[in-house]
Amino acid sequence: MPILEVANINKRFGNVEVIKDISFSLEKGETLSIIGSSGSGKTTLLRCLNFLEIPDAGTITVKGETIFDAADPESRSEKGLRDKRLHFGLVFQSFNLFPQYTALQNVTLAKMLLAKERPDYKAEKDKISAEITQSAKAILDSVGLSGKLDYYPHQLSGGQQQRVAIARALALDPDILCFDEPTSALDPELTGEVLRVIRELADRKTTMIIVTHEMSFARQVSDNVLFMDEGVVVEYGPPEQVIGNPKEERTKQFLERYFEDENN
Amino acid sequence: MYHITSLFEGFWLNIELFILTLIMSLPLGLVITFGSMSRFRPVKWFVKTFVWVIRGTPLMLQLFVVLYAPGLLFGVPMKSRMTAALIAFVVNYAAYFSEIYRGGIESISKGQYEAGAVLGMTKAQVFFKVVLMQVVKRIVPPMSNEIITLTKDTALARVIGLAEIIMAAERFTKQGLIWPLFSTGLFFLAFNGILTLLLGRLERKLDYFKV
Repeated sequence: MPILEVANINKRFGNVEVIKDISFSLEKGETLSIIGSSGSGKTTLLRCLNFLEIPDAGTITVKGETIFDAADPESRSEKGLRDKRLHFGLVFQSFNLFPQYTALQNVTLAKMLLAKERPDYKAEKDKISAEITQSAKAILDSVGLSGKLDYYPHQLSGGQQQRVAIARALALDPDILCFDEPTSALDPELTGEVLRVIRELADRKTTMIIVTHEMSFARQVSDNVLFMDEGVVVEYGPPEQVIGNPKEERTKQFLERYFEDENN
Repeated sequence: MYHITSLFEGFWLNIELFILTLIMSLPLGLVITFGSMSRFRPVKWFVKTFVWVIRGTPLMLQLFVVLYAPGLLFGVPMKSRMTAALIAFVVNYAAYFSEIYRGGIESISKGQYEAGAVLGMTKAQVFFKVVLMQVVKRIVPPMSNEIITLTKDTALARVIGLAEIIMAAERFTKQGLIWPLFSTGLFFLAFNGILTLLLGRLERKLDYFKV
């Protein structure tokens, strides 16, 4: 059973249909890269999965349970949105760390707030928060930031900030971790450290969807690649096929343009 | 010496007005902000009109209106001049504060709200745990300005007969003594000097992060 099944997702802004009838599925432990030119709808698709946009049509099924069905008014309501969102993690292009909290606090904050809703929270408060802090430290260590726990975002480089953001998303242990162009806001010399962390996550079989412009990275790290253009899935398959030997004319043109730019 | 004591007595009224106005207008301003940012159009429209009227008319006039309007319009005269002054100051300053708050809230990037949302925080948690502190940092400088203006505006209370410091000093002018009136400036200067130090310290306290 796939961990995620997206069926016939549609999203329009006013009269513009940004994504049209998108369907795909994802197996547990799989890394899927979504590629395509700007304005192709890849970011909107990712935002739909995280319910930052509510799709106008389609269903989203996680671990066999349909968590969203656009035809069902109940699933479009604000209520329950939170639980749906917790299936997914999202790493933003612009990090969006909370500036008033340290790296460690950024990672623990959401989990501490969730823990307050546990029935045993009052009795076990100290133990629970110690556990959360402990696991946050371990996660920050795994992204190579054990020495930066008490640093505030403005004291960190872009690459370090993005790694804190990845740790923050990992802390909630989402079923599927999404990345929205995680290196696009970084100086070229800082992209490597972020890509390395994502590659390690792929090696550890973290289920991930990565919207990216880094073609060679997508090729190395992905199990499958999905090429989008003008809101539709043009080509889907293993990277050797979609990036290495595309069948569709539109994919070929996109990649040609991409590698031309890269060589210039 | 006799002059000095009555000036101090007068200034005590300014300080009282200042403190009570702050205590009440700071939270009331937030309520007005939420109203002016409401998605329910009638509320938003009503609150925005209210803010326009309050900011668009002189505070001095508002003092008179609060003192006399209840008696003239509804037959329930305002019993205490101090209460009237407080109402006028609180409402006036809350309107100004609300606009500063609104500017602060709207300056926080959408990404902060989205980051909170995808981490499973409720809207209230995002506001109180993520956004609020950033707003506070942003609004400290404009709020400091407004708060210092308030200290001097309290002198307007004399127009509805409250014996604040300038009124106290004016009594001496009538007896031919001009220096007590001039010296009231020193009271304001000293008070605002302390206030500036405190507000500056608050600003520096929030220097540990950048927004």
